[in-house]
Amino acid sequence: MNDATPHVVTAARGPLLSLSSIVKRYDAVLAVAGIDLSVQDGEILTILGPSGSGKTTLLKMVAGFEQSDEGYIRLGERDITDATPASRGIGMVFQNYALFPHMPVAENVAFPLEMRRMGQAQIKDRVAKALALVGLAGYENRYPRQLSGGQQQRVALARAVVFEPPLLLLDEPFGALDRKLREQMQLEVKRLQRQLGITALFVTHDQEEALVLSDRIAVMNLGRIEQIGTPFEIYAQPVNRFVADFIGESNLYRGNVSAVAQGRMTAEIEGGLMVTAQTATLYPVGSTVGILVRPEAPRTLGDGETADNVASGSVTEVVYLGDAIKYVVALDGGHDMTVRWPYRPSTETLQIGTRLRLGWSADLVHVVGWD
Amino acid sequence: MSPTVHRTLRARNWLLPALRVFTGLVFLFLMLPLLIVFPISFSSSAYLRFPPPGYSLRWYQAYVNDPVWIDATIRSLKIAGLATAIALVLGTLLAFSIVRGRYRGREALNQISALPIIVPSIVYSIAVYGLFAKLRLIGLWPGIALAHAVLAIPYVTIVVAAGLKTFDVAQEQAAMGLGASRLTAVRRITLPQIRPSLISAAFLAFIASFDELVVAMFLGGSNMTLPKKMFDNIMMEVDPTIAAVSVLKITLVTLLLALAARFGAGVRPAV
Repeated sequence: MNDATPHVVTAARGPLLSLSSIVKRYDAVLAVAGIDLSVQDGEILTILGPSGSGKTTLLKMVAGFEQSDEGYIRLGERDITDATPASRGIGMVFQNYALFPHMPVAENVAFPLEMRRMGQAQIKDRVAKALALVGLAGYENRYPRQLSGGQQQRVALARAVVFEPPLLLLDEPFGALDRKLREQMQLEVKRLQRQLGITALFVTHDQEEALVLSDRIAVMNLGRIEQIGTPFEIYAQPVNRFVADFIGESNLYRGNVSAVAQGRMTAEIEGGLMVTAQTATLYPVGSTVGILVRPEAPRTLGDGETADNVASGSVTEVVYLGDAIKYVVALDGGHDMTVRWPYRPSTETLQIGTRLRLGWSADLVHVVGWD
Repeated sequence: MSPTVHRTLRARNWLLPALRVFTGLVFLFLMLPLLIVFPISFSSSAYLRFPPPGYSLRWYQAYVNDPVWIDATIRSLKIAGLATAIALVLGTLLAFSIVRGRYRGREALNQISALPIIVPSIVYSIAVYGLFAKLRLIGLWPGIALAHAVLAIPYVTIVVAAGLKTFDVAQEQAAMGLGASRLTAVRRITLPQIRPSLISAAFLAFIASFDELVVAMFLGGSNMTLPKKMFDNIMMEVDPTIAAVSVLKITLVTLLLALAARFGAGVRPAV
């Protein structure tokens, strides 16, 4: 066994973990269809995807609980494709924490150290430090069932980092927590990750969580990575229809490019609405594209005011979100457009049936290929 | 409240006491022999008479002082102990395979594993007799233990598999991810948590062997087990020793069941 797993810091601070052409089949089903992915030393990378996208399978292969059918996995300088889970020296936080219920907290956290044949005195010292790190000093003798969900989560974190692994895997770790606790734990994990300088690979289906936590996000669907980039890139510049639709609330319309000129293109959406976009990627006239307008992009236009894109319609739905208000507007062309504006007590809430003109500028329109 | 609801309630009102009476009758039917066996075991008479003319411990003394009875008892305990150990190891391994395996024929194996309970013991005994005669295992207590172990394996497999099914595999994976080998993970994480099932399985296996007569008759030769000795005693010299032995045996098995209920899982004898 590779005892004191060295914290690999390559000279160039290159990738800590790299997956090359990973393929995994279950009988005839292709769960992971050829994935290349590099996780940089010190970053939090999130694999985000709907259930059944293969993200958990991918994580299990990194942890060593599943074997890939094709491809290679490298951790630092080492090829770990066929290594046993024990010899990989990777920390992992499971979906339901997988704490050992028959052991008190201290023994749970001590387990990986014990497996590394560390001396009792050193174990005690390390366990105390790890528990202090997650704010659970004094809970050594409690059993997992005596702890709240958030506390169990902290124990699982302490146990996963106590042996100073170079890489931390997190499999939907916040799913079981209520919203407030979840947000608190997300920030805590981020703090812990920075404090320890640990690299983290994180799997979730919750896009909000991914946006909060990640340095980079890899959006996965049907066993493939659709896009990898910073949260901003994923949200503002999705590369295809799936990402545009999956991330954030989106108004996504199918349209035909009718004109391209001077870095702008105009597309006609079925029903007659014309939308002008100013984007880096331009599509040739006649091609079918997806027109993406985020709900925060449109604003109401007063009389005589104009914008690059204008559409009229009437409010059909009002949703109060606390800090924001969401309206669904039935546009005159027959499409719905969801808009979301920050809520201020001074602004008047629109009623259902209110007519309004919406306007948004061309640089707030994003265009993706339809196929 | 509507009249229909009233009627259902009233129906339940007489149904419940009726059920209680019925259950009581069944219980009485099962327990009545004990009410006779217990007094007879303390009888002062040399014959099986009820009610006993007087009370004494002479039949318990007769049991303790008869080396044939004691030998048979010790032999049965040894056989049950060894059979339990073998059945526990093999049955647990089989349970792991059935619950965790992903191979073809796993479901078939699950069905087959119950065969020793299904096959009539006389058929099984004749088959084993033929085999053991060739292997010169007839008359040896480890031979009986081996044959009993086969009979006990299904009990172990069923109880342990039930325990394993409710166990979260992620815990074993977590242990391996934290540096444990698979064997260490099973030993430190899985087995301690299914211990109640293992305890229940052990008690059931022990009782299955300790109470077994047919196989022991075929394989025992002159080396009698306790059930065989009891059988012979009834056939040849009917005296209240049999009652005393029965009481001791009932006490032991009840004790084991009580222990299994206290420390085990999956076995809840109706008290």
